[in-house]
Amino acid sequence: MPGPDAVGIFARRHRHHPLEAAPWLVAVAAYFAFPSYLPLGAQILATILFALSADLVLGYAGIVTLGQAAFFGAGAYTTGLLAAHGWGEPITGLLAGAAAAALIGLLSGIVILRTTGLTLLMLTLVVASLLYEVINKASWLTGGDDGLQGMEVWPIFGRFRFDLFGQTAYFYCLIVLFLCWLVARRMVHSPFGRSLVGIRENVRRMHAIGAPVGGRRLVIYTISAALAGISGALIAQTTQFVALSFLSLDRSGTVLIMLIIGGVGRLYGAFIGVPLYMVAQDRFSEIDPVYWYFWIGLLMVLLVVFARGGVLGLIEELRSRDGARR
Amino acid sequence: MGDILSATVNIAFNGLAFAMVLYLISVGLSVTMGLMGFVNLAHGVFAMAGGYVVTSLMKEQGVPFPLALLGAALAVAAASIPVERLLYRRLYGGDELDQVLLTIGLAFMSVAGATYIWGPLQQPLQPPRWLSGQADFGFRSFPAYRSFLILCGAALVTALWLAVERTRFGARVRAAVDNLRMAQSVGIDTSRLFMATFALGSGLAGLGGALGADLLPVNPGYALQNLIYFLIVVAVGGLGSIRGPFLAALLLGVADTASKYLAPQFGAFFIYALTLAILLWRPHGLFGRA
Amino acid sequence: MSPLALESRGLCRSFGALVVANMIDFRLEHGARHALIGPNGAGKTSFVELVTGALRPSSGHILLDGVDISHWSQAARVKRGLVRTFQITALFRRLSVLENVTLAICERFGIGGGLFRPVGRHRAAIEEAFALVERLGLADEALCPVNTLAYGRQRLVEIAVGLGLSPQVLLLDEPAAGVPSGESGTIIEVVESLPPDLALLIIEHDMDLVFRLAHRITVLVQGRVLVEGSPEAIAADPQVRRVYLGERVPV
Repeated sequence: MPGPDAVGIFARRHRHHPLEAAPWLVAVAAYFAFPSYLPLGAQILATILFALSADLVLGYAGIVTLGQAAFFGAGAYTTGLLAAHGWGEPITGLLAGAAAAALIGLLSGIVILRTTGLTLLMLTLVVASLLYEVINKASWLTGGDDGLQGMEVWPIFGRFRFDLFGQTAYFYCLIVLFLCWLVARRMVHSPFGRSLVGIRENVRRMHAIGAPVGGRRLVIYTISAALAGISGALIAQTTQFVALSFLSLDRSGTVLIMLIIGGVGRLYGAFIGVPLYMVAQDRFSEIDPVYWYFWIGLLMVLLVVFARGGVLGLIEELRSRDGARR
Repeated sequence: MGDILSATVNIAFNGLAFAMVLYLISVGLSVTMGLMGFVNLAHGVFAMAGGYVVTSLMKEQGVPFPLALLGAALAVAAASIPVERLLYRRLYGGDELDQVLLTIGLAFMSVAGATYIWGPLQQPLQPPRWLSGQADFGFRSFPAYRSFLILCGAALVTALWLAVERTRFGARVRAAVDNLRMAQSVGIDTSRLFMATFALGSGLAGLGGALGADLLPVNPGYALQNLIYFLIVVAVGGLGSIRGPFLAALLLGVADTASKYLAPQFGAFFIYALTLAILLWRPHGLFGRA
Repeated sequence: MSPLALESRGLCRSFGALVVANMIDFRLEHGARHALIGPNGAGKTSFVELVTGALRPSSGHILLDGVDISHWSQAARVKRGLVRTFQITALFRRLSVLENVTLAICERFGIGGGLFRPVGRHRAAIEEAFALVERLGLADEALCPVNTLAYGRQRLVEIAVGLGLSPQVLLLDEPAAGVPSGESGTIIEVVESLPPDLALLIIEHDMDLVFRLAHRITVLVQGRVLVEGSPEAIAADPQVRRVYLGERVPV
């Protein structure tokens, strides 16, 4: 019964819930349960981070973007280029990728976040396309269409080598994802994170309470770019390969799909949508890649029409109906 | 000097042809986005469908070219109506993200659908004999098909602009784009208007896709490959405008052709940079409203 | 401290042929209880938008406590104590009542951009928010999403958010609009209990409310100040009566 306790309930909202340990327990269990699928597992973990970065900017701040792959690719190519030219230390390579992506996010954000709606959507696509063209044309450096060759990633701390079995890759991605998730979770519950929700819910009102809306959006855009860059770097390092497709519209669109399957703006949508999508893709797209596109497209249409909130949204609805019945 | 003149004329000519195709395809998108506020990223599917229908009709049914064009436009317009009624209608005035996801989903389905029906290869357009080769215009000759494209496009554009300015339908569209609630309160049936406008825009897109099959190759990935071009024309032209996209299409068509001639190593870089610059200067497009 | 809390000089704004503000000179004193009235479309809300920076004037100046804020951002003006509420409720619809007010208070405290401490740790802000919520009689609905409240209750949240910003100058845009007459009592109470040094401008159509709360009234017609004065003077003014009875006034 809300009353004087309202303050208490509100103030405890950010506390960790026991269920939140579940994804991590599942991830560790999967390591032991599926030892031959670790490379795929590592990719899934890195992609969860990518989807998480998209969730922050899309689900929380309400910035609809079709260009998230630009930051993913920037991180991947930066790390890849370093590794292909003699500096294969993974952790600094990762940080370099994050920094490059963040820089591109910051610069492009300053320029395009002044716009809204279709213009903004367009410009996110234009920025990603611009970067794609630049990397394509600099094929002497990036390998262009053929992709970046010759990456050599050194063992982590000199001890843990990246190999075909993917054990190092898996834990590397898991730990990085965990750290980034901690940061994201903190941010989401902070006044900054809540103000992003405010910007999404009613931007006029945000202006009217004295919030620097433009600045906040730029900050989250840059942070999201950095996280996307880290995920790109992870993929680059664990597969030792970077391709132009990292920056494609397809990749930007796919991450949106994975996110909506799980549920946008609920922090955990990425954790549900990405594994579902990638495991399904691994199974089915071998059979017929064309049909895969069809079913995914159909799924999107059905989700938008019937289950906007994705898996997490459905769960919420079931719980609230349950609560209403009691 | 003669070389520069010749190159300029070539660029202008081919740029104009490309602009016509882009405009015919994109004008419908501009109007529906300005009218219904609906972000339709699947618009390219209608253009693609037009291209497939015209090539199929000609190749398999032996239908003569002009009839095939008409058939393509009508078929696409008719097919668009259930899409609008059943799907798009639910999302008018809704969340932008929803619209983006729905229409991307449809675009994905179109890739699969097109591959399933017509196979993964590009469908080349065989222009009829009276449009092949060169056409002699006296002072110089130009490729016949592209000349036809420009003339046909010009005729269609003129007809469209006249229809918008002179007919009651056109007046209703303009009123609704300007102020939807006012239009409703003076008794305009906006629901039917949306449907009619959408069908017209899709039909035009189908026609544009059919006519432009040699400039924008007809293949299953069409809708996603060319999406950015259509969006550029609409965004730079200004949502809801009929004339704006024409200027934008001209800019894009000529710039793209010029950059392919003069600096092919830069690819589409120049186009994107130009778009970025224009949209930053005028975020609502050249002819858009705040 | 300048004698005027808020002032506009020669404020002009038009949209093409539509003039929403025509050389508006307006003065609001410290501790004022001032009402802005006028027929629909007179430009009252536009005036608020111009003053708060949501709309850029074509010409003219706005001074807050003697400082020219004409080029300041909306956020900067709010930080300086210039606060408005919206005629049509503009709240964070899916957030709770308590959170709506807390967000405003966090901005005021300057912690709105804080990235690492959870909101829950900023106990002082939450408690102040709850005190406001309680004062407006919304304590029982504190954790309910705003969009589940009756419209009249939402208007109260709107006011709570405005008060949470500790205004020096408060612009209430039709605070009682849409509120059933049984519930407008709370609003009147709140307005009457505002600090005496706060400068208040109310836009209202409800004349009973206006005459009860205002010490001074400005009448706006077609974007221009028609007349300004005490409630008695305004009530007796023949020009004002003509405007409200629908006859055209030569501008």
